[in-house]
Amino acid sequence: MGAGDRPLTPRMEKRVTFKGWLLPLCLIAPQVIISAVFFFYPAGQAVWQSLFIPDPFGLSSQFVGLENFEYLLGDPYYRASFITTAIFSTLVTLAAMIPALFLAVMADRLVKSAGVYRTLLIWPYAVAPAVAGVLWLFMFNTRVGVVAWYLGQLGYDWNHVLNEGEAMGLVVVASAWGRISYNFLFFFAALQAVPRSIIEAAAIDGARFWRRFFTIVLPLLSPTTFFLLVVNIVYAFFETFGVIHTITSGGPQQATTILVYKVFSDGFVGQDLGSSAAQSVILLVVVGLLTVLQFKYIEKRVHY
Amino acid sequence: MATVELDNIKKRFGPTEVIKGVSVDVEDGEFIVIVGPSGCGKSTLLRMVAGLETITEGELRIGGTRANDLEPMDRDIAMVFQNYALYPHMSVAQNMGYGLRIAGLPKAEIAAKVQGAAKLLQLAELLDRKPKQLSGGQRQRVAMGRAIVREPKVFLFDEPLSNLDAKLRVQMRLEIRELQAKLGITALYVTHDQVEAMTMADRMIVMNEGIAEQIGTPLDVYERPASLFAAQFIGSPSMNVVRAEGRDGALHVGDMGLPNPTGVSGPVMLGLRPEHLVPDAQGPITMQVMLTEPLGANTLLHGKLPDGSAFTASLSGVHRVGHGGEALRLSVAAEHMHLFDATSGARMDGD
Ligand SMILES: Nc1ncnc2c1ncn2[C@@H]1O[C@H](COP(=O)(O)OP(=O)(O)OP(=O)(O)O)[C@@H](O)[C@H]1O
Ligand SMILES: [Mg+2]
Repeated sequence: MGAGDRPLTPRMEKRVTFKGWLLPLCLIAPQVIISAVFFFYPAGQAVWQSLFIPDPFGLSSQFVGLENFEYLLGDPYYRASFITTAIFSTLVTLAAMIPALFLAVMADRLVKSAGVYRTLLIWPYAVAPAVAGVLWLFMFNTRVGVVAWYLGQLGYDWNHVLNEGEAMGLVVVASAWGRISYNFLFFFAALQAVPRSIIEAAAIDGARFWRRFFTIVLPLLSPTTFFLLVVNIVYAFFETFGVIHTITSGGPQQATTILVYKVFSDGFVGQDLGSSAAQSVILLVVVGLLTVLQFKYIEKRVHY
Repeated sequence: MATVELDNIKKRFGPTEVIKGVSVDVEDGEFIVIVGPSGCGKSTLLRMVAGLETITEGELRIGGTRANDLEPMDRDIAMVFQNYALYPHMSVAQNMGYGLRIAGLPKAEIAAKVQGAAKLLQLAELLDRKPKQLSGGQRQRVAMGRAIVREPKVFLFDEPLSNLDAKLRVQMRLEIRELQAKLGITALYVTHDQVEAMTMADRMIVMNEGIAEQIGTPLDVYERPASLFAAQFIGSPSMNVVRAEGRDGALHVGDMGLPNPTGVSGPVMLGLRPEHLVPDAQGPITMQVMLTEPLGANTLLHGKLPDGSAFTASLSGVHRVGHGGEALRLSVAAEHMHLFDATSGARMDGD
């Protein structure tokens, strides 16, 4: 076979072309249907419902236009929940990523038993968030919790049921704990992918371990870091519901009521479906904006 | 600028000994090429000098002081890697200036040195590019630039040209050599290419399975190979080696009788470089030519001796010898006959 048998495209992309439209349609159908059923339909419903106020008995509802939104934006509790969410998601993201990176760096330094550490460090990820919540709740339970008891012995009176800061701390730790495993895996894989010779070149250039870490390794990890940043923020926003519900139920005094939890408590507990729906819509917009911002401003810098 | 002394250096990875005791004194400003086949331990030896591998046994001295336990950053060396190992997130200028920045030099001074090196290596136009926007040859230059801006005591090169095409390789070979001579910095250069070794080295270390078979100038190694391995590794096409026996004042190869200048007796290995053979109707060597390769300036004849061993001759000029097993008489000057011990492979003429 000669070299000229097939024309080489300048960029060797694998591109498949279909003749008809039926097969491609079938291939994308599952994705489209799932998105439609579980995303577009509920999102549409939320937008629709956010324009109504149901009567106290839930028998009828009245069209109110944007009144729900107007009310929300003027509501100090709702604005407080925004701040809570910002603090909570920042803390969760940091608490989930920094220890993970540190552990990954340490495991990467090991020559021999890195595999063992890796396996052990993955385990927390297998624990469901709500279960993790219960676990941490038991440890910090004001009456029977092990950690709370030890803190008491040290003269510290732990009470996350009353103390807002402690409540926030506990839900942050409980939320971040399992994520450390997840982040660790990504950081570890990324570290292993950093070419040895680049590290060696930096060592010969005179950089010691931590200097190398900050000037060479960390920049090379930035695509992974960025990816994890997005994923962890989304996690902190949406997937920490179970943890908060089991540990604090949003309390004390709404101190741990993040936006998602407020959607739940106003909608299902308070039965204010219109407001709840409006909150969902706002949440959707906020996360959408955040993601767009992240991609627009950070992504450009992380690819070298 | 410094001497590098290796004193019976050994390296073991677990139970396997990869470097089995190498000693060499490299003089200040000398260009040493470490050459040998794949897996013989060249990189390992170089990496021990760099401090990237620990030295299992023996002593390494750089500039007269023991360096065994120094970290790479404390040895004042620079290394050019086979894959260049450029920092992908830094521009060319940042790559070259990294070591100086770590050393804490003022910005202006770094910029000046980088500019100087860039001019020397014709990189001035490319200083703002990232490594991935460069061609292989340009990356190679950046790696060189990164090594020279620091003005280290010793340069280490691990097959820096093996990713380049043949023409660029020849050009870069010269450039590296010129640059090193101009800067006067001691260099250790690893390659598996014997042409590179011959053309670049002040002295070369021919390595085989963790042993330095011979240390000497290229011409030394070519003219007086210390072992069968060195004899066959250096020179292209490689030396013919045939079994011979010294008996009755002659050297017998099969039933051919060659002169026996040193008067050895008993079985030996006889080495004859293809280019030292000359056609001679009365010559003692009879070769059956199976294949000719006319290269223009010379002609390679491949075939075999009457005893069946493969044999190659390289004759100057054009020779129209038939392919089909035509016999050709050859002779060789006595000073071009290399004798090696039949068991150890060591060179025999003891003078
Ligand atoms: N980290 C290591 N652990 C175990 N064995 C190793 C290690 N590094 C190298 N070796 C072995 O040491 C020997 C020499 O390796 P080295 O890389 O020095 O060879 P080389 O001469 O540079 O070969 P090449 O020309 O292919 O680069 C090889 O047999 C290799 O398998
Ligand atoms: Mg090598």
